[in-house]
Amino acid sequence: MDFATSFGLIIPEMILSVSGLILLLIAAWGGRESSQPVSIASCIALGAAFFLVAPSVCAGASGPDTLAFGGQFRADAFAGMAKLMIYAAAGAALVVAPAYFDRLKAMRPEFAVLVLFATLGMSIMVSAADLLTLYIGLEMNSLAAYVLAAYLRDDDRSAEAGLKYFVLGALASGILLFGMSLTYGFTGTTSFEGIRMATADGLNGGMLFGVIFMLAGLAFKISAVPFHMWTPDVYEGAPTPVTMFFASAPKVAAIALTARVALEAFGTQAEAWQQVVIFAALASIVVGALGAIGQKNIKRLLAYSSINNVGFILVGLAAANVSGASAMLIYLAFYVAMTVGSFVVVLMMRDENGEPVEGIGDLAGLSTTRPLMAWCLLAIMFSLAGIPPLMGFYGKWMVFQAAVEADLLALAAIGIGASVIGAFYYIKIVKVMFFDEPADVVKAKAGWEHWTLLAISTLFISPIAFLITGWLGSLADMAAAALFFAA
Amino acid sequence: MGGFPILSIMLLVPLLGAIACLFLEAKQARLVALVATLIDLALGIALWVNFDIGGAQWQFVERADLFAGFQWAMGIDGISLMLIMLSVFLMPVCIGASWEAIQKRVGEYMAAFLLMEVLMIGTFAAQDIFLFYIFFEAGLIPMYLIIGIWGGTDRIYASYKFFLYTLLGSVLMFIAMLWMVNEAGTSAIPALMEYDFPAGAQTWLWLAFFASFAVKMPMWPVHTWLPAAHVQAPTAGSVILAGVLLKLGGYGFIRFSLPMFPEASVQFMWVIFALSMVAVVVTSLIALVQHDMKKLIAYSSVAHMAIVTVGLFSFNVQGLEGSMIVMLSHGLVSGALFLCVGVIYDRLHTREIDRYGGLSINMPKYAVLFLLFTMASIGLPGTSGFVGEFLSLAGIYQVSSTVAFVCTTGIILGAAYMLYLYARVAYGVQKNEDAAAMPDLNMREMWLLAPIAAVVLWMGVYPESFLAPMRSDIAILDARLARAAPAGDAHLEIGEPAPVTEEAEHGGGH
Repeated sequence: MDFATSFGLIIPEMILSVSGLILLLIAAWGGRESSQPVSIASCIALGAAFFLVAPSVCAGASGPDTLAFGGQFRADAFAGMAKLMIYAAAGAALVVAPAYFDRLKAMRPEFAVLVLFATLGMSIMVSAADLLTLYIGLEMNSLAAYVLAAYLRDDDRSAEAGLKYFVLGALASGILLFGMSLTYGFTGTTSFEGIRMATADGLNGGMLFGVIFMLAGLAFKISAVPFHMWTPDVYEGAPTPVTMFFASAPKVAAIALTARVALEAFGTQAEAWQQVVIFAALASIVVGALGAIGQKNIKRLLAYSSINNVGFILVGLAAANVSGASAMLIYLAFYVAMTVGSFVVVLMMRDENGEPVEGIGDLAGLSTTRPLMAWCLLAIMFSLAGIPPLMGFYGKWMVFQAAVEADLLALAAIGIGASVIGAFYYIKIVKVMFFDEPADVVKAKAGWEHWTLLAISTLFISPIAFLITGWLGSLADMAAAALFFAA
Repeated sequence: MGGFPILSIMLLVPLLGAIACLFLEAKQARLVALVATLIDLALGIALWVNFDIGGAQWQFVERADLFAGFQWAMGIDGISLMLIMLSVFLMPVCIGASWEAIQKRVGEYMAAFLLMEVLMIGTFAAQDIFLFYIFFEAGLIPMYLIIGIWGGTDRIYASYKFFLYTLLGSVLMFIAMLWMVNEAGTSAIPALMEYDFPAGAQTWLWLAFFASFAVKMPMWPVHTWLPAAHVQAPTAGSVILAGVLLKLGGYGFIRFSLPMFPEASVQFMWVIFALSMVAVVVTSLIALVQHDMKKLIAYSSVAHMAIVTVGLFSFNVQGLEGSMIVMLSHGLVSGALFLCVGVIYDRLHTREIDRYGGLSINMPKYAVLFLLFTMASIGLPGTSGFVGEFLSLAGIYQVSSTVAFVCTTGIILGAAYMLYLYARVAYGVQKNEDAAAMPDLNMREMWLLAPIAAVVLWMGVYPESFLAPMRSDIAILDARLARAAPAGDAHLEIGEPAPVTEEAEHGGGH
């Protein structure tokens, strides 16, 4: 494969990196005043990357033509679909950030630049076809993310979140690297294809350790139990637009990456890692649900909710078949919409002075004071709980269908049974908004960008979206097929 | 009506009404809701008139490939038709019952009710198992809001209990559905009804469906959400809950559990019988000691539903027809009884039986209608309750005389608690001045109760109108069950009149 074709495949990443570097220079010279143009330019860059990736997803790109740089990088439909979600989520974070930071006089152009670099890292992660690409992408994303978590330097909680994220993230990277080095040592290659061939006849002890350590490191990134401890603290402490970003884009990237490692590199040895994934899935569902019950802060609650959701997505991975991979993508699409929607509501929760409020009790009686906002959050909460006819249910349906196809009936039954525990705290939020006496705390007016995002995400999870399930399903099926074709 | 998508229109009308209500003022919202439900009632009557009795099993069929994984498939048989009729008949009554009682957040209230109507009709008309599940389960959302926002003092607890109980029941059923579709390769309900699942798998599938339908039914001992939900729900909420939502469980048994898993149904027959026998006796006794009128009627609902389940699991035509009629009759009668409670609750704002007394003196019209519904609930001949209970018990007697014996005590106990309730409310001295000063039924309340009374008498005197559409469907179901039907202990020879002497020998032998 010649160099020009390879470059052709990475045009979206090129756009992100070049515009990131240029905007960094502009930010360095332009200072604080340049934050608005830099944000807009970043959004444009993300949009351009989005539309460049879209055709490959619609066409279901797969096979050797999608391999760039001698098997380092794979721009197939699976990566493409994940990238679309990542770009959309990153764009959403950029759109809502100014309103939040302006109040603190903390809006600086480097925010947008950091988001761009993190997005670039994620873009590389999901396209990784080699352990080295994987690690470069992962670290690129993580380093930007550590800074973003600590973005409000004067705020203790933000600094604490950044530090915690960094220390634990570094530990996870270490575990991941250890797993990678074992894998390399016992297979003699870093490329996923090579690993697949080397493991085709079974795993020896070293390879088994390698895959388990790698999954453990990745489980940290997707905040699956038992590597989830950092999530509530970081989500609570980080500035809300950053939390929204963390809960959506990197989740997609890390889950897609996990799927690639598990299904592509170690796809022939599914039995070896299936048990681990099943355990992580069930533990995440249960711990995510139980942990959320006592929470009083809505950001912490949403953190546990995201742990819970990761559990359901892992059910799709545990199925280890094409429909499982497709179900993961569908679930992720609706998960991103629900996450963005719920965090937009959190961003809209501000008292009359414009100060953000984060207590669940502050939502009391929202249905009488702010009916539209309350109805949107109601839809999102029921969707997260997996109640039909909202689309969160469709995502759960798809992953459990894959699990049933793979004969994992016990997993499906326990998982869906545990989802009832989760329903408890989702309906608690509805109860606070609709049944309690108004606390009348949420007073500040929200900007159009919040309403637009909220409207888009609510529509996307509303029953109307059943009409696009055919189209979305075929895209996800093609993407999943691309993943398995590569394998 | 070839090609006219009447079922989809019946869903669309209340849906549009619901959306409109959300944005309207109280006055217009009431009107819009009433008009929408009346249009649906008219469409329902058109549906019944055009239903070809003895024609194709599935009529008014609509199919559209709109979604991935399942179809927009609608269609009804006689069983669905009757339950849809019950829903569209009760809906305008519910709207009327809330006309004055609901003063806060009227638009949202009406929207929730119209949404309920959409989902109920959808549940009964769905021909795709996933579409069914979506409608079946989505009903949780409006019902949760209705109980939680407009309920009484303990509404939060009741709404949680209702939501989580029913959700836990349903999710297991969903996994079973996924397995079935995976196994049979189709999600169409008519095809699944004819598919023979392996007997070993049927056991598990039946249990999963049972988990859901037993909670919805509700069967003892998972009935505890019902009194809590009823007591706290507003009057119209109780009417819908008792009138239609409780029928979802029975509909589920007759549409899914019995035809899809005949062997497992027989295998678990005694579980159903045991739970139902306990329910009939225990909940009737509990009803006897209630001080709260709504709770009393709620417990009586559990007892009536137990008669439905034994009828369903008697595996013969009488039992199946009987339980359908009990469902319809109970929907009307308990709905009407909740309305009767609502009428006096609106005046005195208490449901304590002791606070009333001697109402037949100052509220004669009310007393007459209340008496009629009390009698119908007991199962007095001439009312709808008699037809259903008689058929169900006749059906179960062919399977087990013991079960029939125990369940019959339910009728006696039912008479006890209902008459005791009626005596305390309507007869006796007027010990409370405020209760004695209550005015009689007004026009609106008459309009709510009189049509129900008329249908109750109609069903009691000429049940054929209601049985005819269901007859062929029940015969098909009976034929499907024949291979598994258990031998009864009564050894009845039905349809062959025996000589007098032989009857003397065998009569009363069991």
